[in-house]
Amino acid sequence: MEHTMINLTLKIWRQKNADSAGQFETYPVKNISTEMSFLEMIDVLNEDLINEGKDPIAFDHDCREGICGACSMYINGRPHGPWHGNTTCQLHMRAYHDGDTIVIEPWRANSFPVIKDLMVDRSAFDRIIQAGGYVSVNTGNAVDANATPIEKDLADASFAAAACIGCGACVAACKNSSAMLFVAAKVSHLALLPQGAPERNTRVLDMVAQMDKEGFGSCTNTGACEAVCPKEISINNIARLNREYMLAGTKADK
Amino acid sequence: MALTGLFLISFLIVHAGINACIWANDGGVMFNKAAHFMGSTVVIRIMEVGLFLGIFLHIIQGYMLEFQNRSKRKKGYAVPIRNKGSKWYSRSMGLLGTILLLFFIIHWKNFWVPSRFTGVPGPEMELANGQHVHNLYALMQSTFQELWIVLVYIFACISLCWHLIHGFQSAFRTVGVSNARYLKMLKNIGIGYAIIISLAFAMMPLSMYLGWVK
Ligand code: HEM
Ligand code: SF4
Ligand code: FES
Repeated sequence: MEHTMINLTLKIWRQKNADSAGQFETYPVKNISTEMSFLEMIDVLNEDLINEGKDPIAFDHDCREGICGACSMYINGRPHGPWHGNTTCQLHMRAYHDGDTIVIEPWRANSFPVIKDLMVDRSAFDRIIQAGGYVSVNTGNAVDANATPIEKDLADASFAAAACIGCGACVAACKNSSAMLFVAAKVSHLALLPQGAPERNTRVLDMVAQMDKEGFGSCTNTGACEAVCPKEISINNIARLNREYMLAGTKADK
Repeated sequence: MALTGLFLISFLIVHAGINACIWANDGGVMFNKAAHFMGSTVVIRIMEVGLFLGIFLHIIQGYMLEFQNRSKRKKGYAVPIRNKGSKWYSRSMGLLGTILLLFFIIHWKNFWVPSRFTGVPGPEMELANGQHVHNLYALMQSTFQELWIVLVYIFACISLCWHLIHGFQSAFRTVGVSNARYLKMLKNIGIGYAIIISLAFAMMPLSMYLGWVK
């Protein structure tokens, strides 16, 4: 890939705190290497802002290698930017051309209130996990790795669902602000494995109840979640969640 | 939504099947017979009550779902996501449903109200066995002489087609079919169903307006 330097115009959502109204600010950025990551480009801008004595842009990030799910940014009308199956931190500036304008917004959903600038509060997801995203295990020595045989297809399907990094892009993209893809990934991951069997029924009921309590919308199967998911979690997991939920309802006394 | 939706899907097959009798091109004898059977059989009349319940439940649930979901993002995006990942018709089920609802009002006024309450205008038809039945066929013919009514019906059929292309497969997902192969099959069956049903309904007013059936 040829290395070039490009100049861009950024329109970024600035908001002091959860209670203030917020507005877009325009920032020209110069001499951005096409080999930089998107977050490095913002680092460069932030350094300039700090040098000018201004407030740098607040944004979430942690691993910067596409595995933690922190880097929530809605870039030019798409969560995590233009690349498919990719997180913002793994988006590179070669996706853009000299002179481009990039509009950056925080995730928008009542259940993800803005904390500051591009940072949103995603603790709703943590509370959904706490409601049921765990398994019971025997204490004592760690179990031998292959002690429980699991059919390859099931292991693969479970692993694919377990790849969810809880980034919230599915909610951000959904017209209904539904968290069903996230919850479906977490429920499927455990429902497909024998290790998840003890809490199988209560898990799905409790996680869905918490999801509703957090104020997420209802799924209408539009597919926007699957299209933007950096881990390409399949929307078919949502159908599995629906089935798990109905069956659990007939079995568990809740 | 899914249960009432699937119920309405099965109703549409029966409805389209009966209406297809107009194409027997026998001056409406077969169609009037079928319509008379539907209108005079007790079991069917009881099922009609169920049908109305199903439609109203579907509409009420549909609007509740639509408005609740719309309230979940108080502050929206400056750059909308649009078609990046979802289809316009999947996002427009409320709008398509509303068009259908407005159409139903016209449709009920055209046929259901005269047939059940105010009476079908014109003389009754005498069948081969001497029985006299409402001439709904003649009512269809006179209704579909108006170009604007024909156009309204065709527009409604197009909306129905989009509503069903999304709704058919969505309903199976909602009731928990998660097998990737089945879902792909159901999606294609849904597209086929939506196109065939909508085309069949759209051809009825058109056939009458253009005089293809007498
Ligand atoms: C001939 C009449 C109709 C048929 C056969 C039909 C069929 C369906 C089906 C199968 C679904 C999918 C259910 C699911 O995903 O769980 C659906 C959803 C829906 N329908 Fe209808 N419908 C009809 C009329 C209407 C009307 C009159 C409205 C008026 C508001 C409406 C509004 C909706 C809405 C809002 C949804 C939910 C969107 C979604 O699940 O994606 N429908 N319909
Ligand atoms: S399902 Fe995908 S988009 Fe949603 S939280 Fe998990 S990784 Fe992010
Ligand atoms: S910063 Fe961890 S996934 Fe982007």
